[in-house]
Amino acid sequence: METAANKPRWALRALVGAGAVALIFAAGLGVQAGFVEYVQRIILLAGINVILAVGLNLINGTTGQFSIGHAGFMAVGAYAAAFTGVHLAPHVAAALGAGGVADAVTFNLALLVGALLAGATGVLVGLPSLRLKGDYLAIVTLGFGEIIRILLNNAQFLGAATGYSGDSAAGLPTYTSFFWVYFWVLVVVGLVRNVTFSQTGRSLIAIREDEIAAEAMATPTTRLKVLAFTLSAATAGIAGGLFAHMQSGIRPEDFKFDKSIDMIVMIIVGGLGSISGAAIGGIFVAVTLELMRDLQQYRLVLYALLLIVIMLVRPEGLLGSRELGLAFFRRAQKKPGAT
Amino acid sequence: MTLLALDRVDKVFGGLRALRAVSFEVAPKSIFGLIGPNGAGKTTLFNVITGVYRPDGGHVRFDGSELGGLAPARIAELGVARTFQNIRLFRAMTVEENVMVAGHKLQRSGVLSAIFRTTSHANDESALTKRARELLAVLGLNEHAEDVAGSLPYGSQRRLEIARALMLGPKLLLLDEPAAGMNSAEARELERQIRFLRDELGVTIVLVEHNMSVVMSVCERIHVVDHGETIAEGTPAEIKVHPRVLAAYLGQETTADPPGEDAP
Repeated sequence: METAANKPRWALRALVGAGAVALIFAAGLGVQAGFVEYVQRIILLAGINVILAVGLNLINGTTGQFSIGHAGFMAVGAYAAAFTGVHLAPHVAAALGAGGVADAVTFNLALLVGALLAGATGVLVGLPSLRLKGDYLAIVTLGFGEIIRILLNNAQFLGAATGYSGDSAAGLPTYTSFFWVYFWVLVVVGLVRNVTFSQTGRSLIAIREDEIAAEAMATPTTRLKVLAFTLSAATAGIAGGLFAHMQSGIRPEDFKFDKSIDMIVMIIVGGLGSISGAAIGGIFVAVTLELMRDLQQYRLVLYALLLIVIMLVRPEGLLGSRELGLAFFRRAQKKPGAT
Repeated sequence: MTLLALDRVDKVFGGLRALRAVSFEVAPKSIFGLIGPNGAGKTTLFNVITGVYRPDGGHVRFDGSELGGLAPARIAELGVARTFQNIRLFRAMTVEENVMVAGHKLQRSGVLSAIFRTTSHANDESALTKRARELLAVLGLNEHAEDVAGSLPYGSQRRLEIARALMLGPKLLLLDEPAAGMNSAEARELERQIRFLRDELGVTIVLVEHNMSVVMSVCERIHVVDHGETIAEGTPAEIKVHPRVLAAYLGQETTADPPGEDAP
């Protein structure tokens, strides 16, 4: 089936990609000019949440394997990126000359190291535990998340319980900007979307729907579950790296169990199995938690009530398993007449 | 010439001997019936052949390889496809996607191709869609291709399971009660489709079925089990009048032990 219609139009793709990046850049300038720092911070957190939720949804929603320890992968990514950034920056600056370009290179390399290390941790955790089903898998991932936090609490070279803020008194460099957060949102959403709408994605959904039938159809279930888990862990690692460079330091406290629960809330609210739903859920959690900050201790009560109401009114989440009708999300690439 | 050979297969669940020394051979390109009263062990046999259960004794040989102990996905790859008695479709996916899932053999590119949307990914998708549509047409489901599988009527769901199993490109197809819940017109259509699969696609078929008119009409040989043991094997005409088969289905007139008659 070599047909001309199947040839990807790379020039067009490059153009669309460049257009999207330019749009993000312009939006970044707009946000910087139009909003106070506090609001800007919420917008950054929302973007990071989108990465977390879209990534977690790949394993929890699409593949149906419940992980409740994703804060652990975020922590691995955050610490790895922060540590790499601190130690890489002088070398990159020496090679490229200190400045914006060197910072961008250092930052993105650090993020990639964070993603790789989180992904590798994902393989280590996933290989033995993805043979378990349902509650058992949830318990293993929960335990993993706690193990990571406790290890970090005791790792002297990473600052132990006081947290890691690099070697200088100024703390970690704040590389994270609107542009880089939403650039990575674009990359992660594109990646997850392309995996989901493919034979791999169909097989992941088949595992969720009926694992016995999927196996009878020759689906390599364990390999695919580990793949989804690894990708999901790597995206959490990227989110961790972005989060680390938003502030002067990171502490093991930042990646407690409730962080994992926040991520679960994002995908449940948005609708399990929907990429756009996960994105909406991520933004929803960032915004509501901030809007309710004035309520102080009543905040969590109200937040819980809000979630209960959503689950009563829309138990399938805001979007269910549907996608928003944007062309970007449309079921993949079926050209007219391809049948 | 045999495609599938079971040799004294045992399966034990705790104290229950679900299968005792069951042996039979299925010739290539034949339609082979497997019948017996409820709880006789027919589905257990399917589960042993497809690797869902590991046999506790005996051998399952398929096309030159021993299947006992292999994983279900590996057995499916070797060319054994099946449907399920209690329908196991991917309910939230569309009819077409259900079929495409089983098309691993048509897929040449991996997940990286999908991520970068390369030419080979697009070619794979076209090939999968094309083959899925062909098989849906065979089973008369083409107009439902875009429907959600869980929304189909019962009989169509059973036919969709067959289309999905065929997507594996199997040599052997195990059908577990495909006519259950079908009315007699649908059952006649199913008989026609089963013959088509064998005649046109060259698939060997083993059929578990309670609808005797379907079994007697399509099967060339029939193997009868009861309480996990073989009680008879023969052509439909022989099975219809076999005393042990009649006794198993209808009960016996006396409480005496049945005569020690073995399968021919």
